[in-house]
Amino acid sequence: MHEMKFELRGITKRFPGVVANDNVNLSVETGEVLALIGENGAGKSTLMNVLYGLYRADEGELLIDDQATQFSSPADAIAAGIGMVHQHFMLVPVMTVAENVVLGVEPTGRFGSLDIDEARRMVREVSDRYHLELDPDAIIEDLSVGVRQRVEIVKVLMRDAKIVVFDEPTAVLTPSEILEFFGIVRSLVAAGRGVIFITHKLKEALEIADRINVLRRGKVVGEALPKNTSEAAIAEMMVGRPVLLVVDKAPATPREAMLTLAEVSVVDPDGRTVVDGASFEVRVGEIVCVAGVQGNGQTELVEAIAGLRRVASGSISLGGKNITGDSPRERHAAGMAHIPEDRQRQGLVTELSITENLVLTRYHDAEFSQGIRMKWGAAAAKSQELVTAYDIRTTDPSQLASTLSGGNQQKVIVARELSRDIRVVVAAQPTRGIDVGSIEYVHAQIVKERDAGRAVLVVSTELDEVMSLADRVLVMYRGKIVADVDPKKVSHMDIGLYMAGSRPTAAVA
Amino acid sequence: MSETLKSLRFTLLAVVAALFVSAFIIVITDIEALGDGNLGKAFATVGRAYWGLFKGSFGSLRAISNTITGATPLLLAGLAVSAAFKAGLFNIGATGQMLAGAVTGLFVGFAFQLPPIIHVPFALLASAAGGAAFGAIPGVLKARTGAHEVITTIMLNGIASFTVLWLLKTELFKREGRDDAISKFVEDSAKLPKLFGFMGNRIDLLAHSGFIVALLATLAFWWLLRKTTLGFEMQATGFNQEAARYAGMRTKSLMVTSMAIAGAFAGLAGGSEVLGLYGYASATVAGDIGFDAIAVALLGRSTPIGTLVSALLFGALQAGGRQMQVDTDVPIDLIIVLRALIVMFIAAPLLVKAMFRIRGEATSFGQTFRGWGG
Repeated sequence: MHEMKFELRGITKRFPGVVANDNVNLSVETGEVLALIGENGAGKSTLMNVLYGLYRADEGELLIDDQATQFSSPADAIAAGIGMVHQHFMLVPVMTVAENVVLGVEPTGRFGSLDIDEARRMVREVSDRYHLELDPDAIIEDLSVGVRQRVEIVKVLMRDAKIVVFDEPTAVLTPSEILEFFGIVRSLVAAGRGVIFITHKLKEALEIADRINVLRRGKVVGEALPKNTSEAAIAEMMVGRPVLLVVDKAPATPREAMLTLAEVSVVDPDGRTVVDGASFEVRVGEIVCVAGVQGNGQTELVEAIAGLRRVASGSISLGGKNITGDSPRERHAAGMAHIPEDRQRQGLVTELSITENLVLTRYHDAEFSQGIRMKWGAAAAKSQELVTAYDIRTTDPSQLASTLSGGNQQKVIVARELSRDIRVVVAAQPTRGIDVGSIEYVHAQIVKERDAGRAVLVVSTELDEVMSLADRVLVMYRGKIVADVDPKKVSHMDIGLYMAGSRPTAAVA
Repeated sequence: MSETLKSLRFTLLAVVAALFVSAFIIVITDIEALGDGNLGKAFATVGRAYWGLFKGSFGSLRAISNTITGATPLLLAGLAVSAAFKAGLFNIGATGQMLAGAVTGLFVGFAFQLPPIIHVPFALLASAAGGAAFGAIPGVLKARTGAHEVITTIMLNGIASFTVLWLLKTELFKREGRDDAISKFVEDSAKLPKLFGFMGNRIDLLAHSGFIVALLATLAFWWLLRKTTLGFEMQATGFNQEAARYAGMRTKSLMVTSMAIAGAFAGLAGGSEVLGLYGYASATVAGDIGFDAIAVALLGRSTPIGTLVSALLFGALQAGGRQMQVDTDVPIDLIIVLRALIVMFIAAPLLVKAMFRIRGEATSFGQTFRGWGG
């Protein structure tokens, strides 16, 4: 395969009110891995859309082997040898691997009929060359997420991409799948292809990249070589100030059980058991984290605890009182704080003001209303107080919540849920998609709640978060709690195996 | 520029654009003038037509009275649509709710003999209650079964109009000596006082104190939205039902309550027509008001003040249109075209933007149109 150098020079892309990319320069050659790292909103996606022909840059140029070029559509990018593996796969679930791979570039026999044997042969060939171990006849919907990703990779390779762009490829993978994925990336590079790896995970960038470019507020603020740098140094570049990467907490001193689940099962509207006999307790003064790959029943578990989903069998109690049949508001009144998984759809009404969102679950308290009359004066005063106390960056709390950044939106929810007399905190994906600085803040608040004598339950798919935040780790797999372990006594790999449904060979208690 | 100002500007520009296009329609339909190749004359017709429109709506006390008379039911029914919009529901059923309110108000109006000070409020209350009860039905259907309110309210409009047709022919309601669907007169004690009664007994001044009721209802709607927990819940649900549910709000019972409140406003619209304007009910008492109300709410962006202003505008167009038809040969149907154009321009902010070369993002109508999504 001949070599290729792909370069972006002085790329600037503006949207009304924001400069998404500001004079960005970057280059990648075949045979190397460039990691592009930055927080959400740093401009990574915009940049990728520019280099894949989905957006036209306002300024700057694209160069292939030092020749200026232009992509007016993804077809141009593909023709030039750029391939992209999107974060959300674009596969037809009911079709086979071979059929999906050739979709749009079908090999045809006589009279234009689909030559499926040729398609299978092509899949097998690519799969063998890069050790992808794909069965061309497998149906997509039967495959795990990790294997589906490999199908996407084959699609790109069959279109003869010399530079392959991966957009947050590890977000959906289990730890062992991530290792396999890195193996694939290495074999791509060994075969003379170039890789752009977009991520917000520091560890992964350091492990796989030859070079790391850091993007902040639309600008490339630094370039680093993994061997000369550290996680802390890159995090500082991403955020613009030193960040605490490890959660700073004292050992837990758990006391009595506060939240107790006994054989809780949840059945979804299709009749599938999505939570299967979950039993555990969360004690005062400890943080229990539920780990697991997305979609193994964690969402339903949290909704059942919060009273948003009916429990098919089993019971939930709070402080010794059975709350299985209580409404969300009753649970709220009994001292349950709930930070929902999706802050924009479930946690906030973004079209309402910050103040209104800060009282969204509490407007009926005597503090904010009397009978049906709202005391907006009291709400505004409280809001001002919370904005200061929880460091919500806004000039005016009467502005719409939609004007806040993701991290600050999350702080609004945290402030609303934690700034009252509570006994248990249930937080689902509390740091998903927010910047490193806000993650640090939210973690500190969660630890503070633990130390103030609350029972804390955190559900997270980020293993790093689980390992550093938890005092005790539960692993969920296919609706069941399959492990209850002390994070200090197990490795990432062990938890990863539980998450994938198997058991570490050296049995851990 | 604040959001409110921005949306106000778009609304005004939409009206201007509609007047402009209507002028063009007047010119191209002025066959005589065009046949003579006399463009000047055609443009003069536009001038006279719009002058007639103004004269007929604001040019005299009688004109103002006519504007108010037209605006009264539009405002009340407009509030019915706006209130539902605010809670994320698309109320196409103002017609049915008006009919329900008209019948209950009518019944109290003729079946009791009470002093006016009691009879009038009692009859109005009955109208509101009738509309509320009828409005609650689609709310219950949606909360219980998920049936979309657009479908159910349209169906209930049909049910209401035929039920009223039948009721008006029963012994209880029908007028002595008449075979058609026309009701008894309400007692004088139940009639809403004329608005300009103090001017002497001028029978051409039709405006009645239903307008005061409508203004008070507008104030009540504002108070509900701004000052009450219920209004807060309605708006939170309207913007984001899932977040409202997560926050512990009882979104299903809110659907019923919101539709009942909407129905109460529409019921008052029906009641004020019966008790203030006609003094009796016929099967056509609701007319097209329930549908025009959708345009009123849309134009007013479902806010209390916006609904008030757009109801007055539509009332003025209706009153002025008659004068325009008398003064020129431009038919009153032009008013329907004009109103349709206003709604079209409101619904297509990008078109207005292009016409007036406004830069930047178009104001979104997210909430108004979200009702369709269910």
